[in-house]
Amino acid sequence: METVKLTIDNRHVEVPKGTTILQAAHQAGINIPSLCYMNLPHLAQEHKPGSCRVCVVEIPGRKNLVPACATECTDGITVLSHSLRAINARRTVVELLLSDHPKDCLICPSSGNCELQKLSITMGIREINSVENAAMSTYRKDASPALNRNMDKCVMCRSCETVCNEIQTVGALSAVNRGFMSVVAPAFEQELTDSPCTFCGQCVAVCPTGALTAVDNTFHVIRALADSNKFVVVQTAPAVRAALGEEFGYPPGTSVTGKMVAALRSLGFDKVFDTDFAADLTIMEEGTELLDRITRFLNGDKNVRLPILTSCCPAWVNFFETNYPDMLDVPSTARSPQQMFGAIAKTYMAEKLGVKREDMVVVSVMPCLAKKYECQRDEFKVDGNPDVDYAITTRELAHLIKIGNIDFKTLKEEDFDRPMGESSGAGVIFGVTGGVIEAATRTAYELFTGKKLEKVDFHELRGMEGIRTASVNFDGTYIHIGIAHTLGNARKLLDGIRKGMYNFHAIEIMACPGGCIGGGGQPLHRGNSIVLKARMDAIYKEDFNKTIRKSHENPEIIQLYEEFLGKPLSEKSHKLLHTHYFSHPKQ
Amino acid sequence: MFALAGKINNVGLIEVPMGITLREIIYEIGGGIKNGKKFKAVQTGGPSGGCLTEAHLDTPIDFDSLLAAGSMMGSGGMIVMDEDDCMVSIAKFYLEFIVEESCGKCTPCRIGNKRMLEILEKIIQGKGNMEDLDHLRNLAYVIKDTSLCGLGQSSPNPVLSTLENFYDEYVAHVKEKRCFAKQCKALARYTINPDVCTGCTICARNCPVDAITGEKREPHFINQEICIHCGVCYQKCKFNAIIVE
Repeated sequence: METVKLTIDNRHVEVPKGTTILQAAHQAGINIPSLCYMNLPHLAQEHKPGSCRVCVVEIPGRKNLVPACATECTDGITVLSHSLRAINARRTVVELLLSDHPKDCLICPSSGNCELQKLSITMGIREINSVENAAMSTYRKDASPALNRNMDKCVMCRSCETVCNEIQTVGALSAVNRGFMSVVAPAFEQELTDSPCTFCGQCVAVCPTGALTAVDNTFHVIRALADSNKFVVVQTAPAVRAALGEEFGYPPGTSVTGKMVAALRSLGFDKVFDTDFAADLTIMEEGTELLDRITRFLNGDKNVRLPILTSCCPAWVNFFETNYPDMLDVPSTARSPQQMFGAIAKTYMAEKLGVKREDMVVVSVMPCLAKKYECQRDEFKVDGNPDVDYAITTRELAHLIKIGNIDFKTLKEEDFDRPMGESSGAGVIFGVTGGVIEAATRTAYELFTGKKLEKVDFHELRGMEGIRTASVNFDGTYIHIGIAHTLGNARKLLDGIRKGMYNFHAIEIMACPGGCIGGGGQPLHRGNSIVLKARMDAIYKEDFNKTIRKSHENPEIIQLYEEFLGKPLSEKSHKLLHTHYFSHPKQ
Repeated sequence: MFALAGKINNVGLIEVPMGITLREIIYEIGGGIKNGKKFKAVQTGGPSGGCLTEAHLDTPIDFDSLLAAGSMMGSGGMIVMDEDDCMVSIAKFYLEFIVEESCGKCTPCRIGNKRMLEILEKIIQGKGNMEDLDHLRNLAYVIKDTSLCGLGQSSPNPVLSTLENFYDEYVAHVKEKRCFAKQCKALARYTINPDVCTGCTICARNCPVDAITGEKREPHFINQEICIHCGVCYQKCKFNAIIVE
């Protein structure tokens, strides 16, 4: 490999040709500050517009300072990252950014998590040199059901734009206007709700400031808990337990299921249930639907649309409703686990507990922002009363626990309430890419072949590649499976299907990188793939340690069908657990 | 090829050999300054160029010498200014154009030019202080040094070259609150010469803030505390009795 030799701050460095000064400095233990630079190695996406000019360094002999993030090392150069010229320029640039930034750090939702704030702290900026009443670029606030845009706080790093356009291919955000008033916004500066936005929340996950933030339902939940007339139940999604610990100082990949349950009970939830239970229920419905379609297809029924697509991910549902209105009959009609849980909780469970529907409040803890939108959809309401009242994110739960003065680390582990608290390992792996289809395969195999599945782990379905394919042997019949995570990869698969390029029987799609573990509501990982991998391992470990690994063996699921639903795809199931999709193409 | 314009007798497009001096262009081809006024500066290279002074008049015109003098060939614009032009206002004029043209991608150009413009406006309003000048100079250097494209890298040139060549004008605006060229209205002081004033009352009747008092056929008087420096009295007076300082 060809290398180049250079000197950075008196340190001799040798790096492969093509390495940027920023990377070379990092390898040499020199942390040049940056703001707009974003690296997502697990998605092979490096965002380096070189626009914030915070990482400028001096190369003696060159006319101007250069941005370290976008300048390749060349042989023999000397780089000064902290010369007076570089420090003064960097400081002036950060002061300029601060001069056009609201100074409400104390109450900003991103306070403590803000890259601009960190820069200001590191550089020790104590005053901002600008004229009195200097103009500020201000914009209309935009509140959607899932995420808020306060573009007064935008620093034009345009990371959100890269995520939205390059990774998700949603195309809801781009830079508009010119000069001082330039900002990232949907086309024509329309509101997010009118744009093709899917509420996946990945822009929130990469925003370095408080410009893009999640809708906060913390206080709605606290009010519900304080209302003695309300019976408040909570469900927690699989991916939450694998990441919540990070907010309390645990290393990534620490599973904190027991402590999380204890914390929720301590907060005053009347019942602490598990979305994993509903995930098992989803498998019963979706797996049966899959099997039904495949069987009819194999028997020569020409009306069957294959492949069947999973429908657990609400951002993905928004995506295909917007972009593939001609394919609305392809995805499974099964509702997502969150909505299945809500529907069962407010019927079966409410009846069992003797609580009236209107007195029950269902809170869901999700790694996701789109879930906030999903639970507000009209089709998931009965006479205006939603099946799930409030969806909060993993970050909001951590906040709630802190508001509740709970010392998370010293909590004793507790178990979920029953029924609706038992889950199989199949339900747990819903949190990672490939998990839903693996869970479905475990059940479908046994239902299809009538034989017991000996090898439960389908390693061929696991991994972090954006698009994965596998053929699973169902006792001589090969079922072809496709898996995609991120909406950009989903688009590739769907475009292929439209053209008839693939012969998949089933496809799983998750909107977020790595699946729900990388959701927009998770503790912010800023593109650190090691964190994602650790969360993934934690999920598979939890599955491995479960005694029940297949959804249809979950005794509480069996009980639910016996007592209430009858059988999968029954009339009651259709009413409560299935949905339909709406075409809403947007420009 | 230059587009010769400004306070000069012969304006128009000129084609001249490389190495010709500014003096030759202005006084021989251009026919000297209009109305026999005094030459003050010549701005070359379009909005991103710089303002050169009398000291540069014998500089031969080519890419390198203009760059060394703090300006550029740029778009081939050549605007001649006389003693009636305020260099702070000129810098502001060009910066307004730059702020309008900035695409907004990089921080120094997007926010920095706007901030420079605000400082210049403050100075023109008579509210500037010496710290503002230091801040202006620092901003100009940093914007030049860190901007992403040629627009931002050259946008501070009008400010830097006027700071360099006409620093005393900036200081006069800031310290004495005076504009030598009498262009900055906020700094202008309007008084009435009692020897010339006929007491016709036209100024008092047109003053929008009733700052002018006086009896008919008697010399009038401007109350400086009320005066908003609009210049209406100066325009209306038929006897040139209004003095602008």
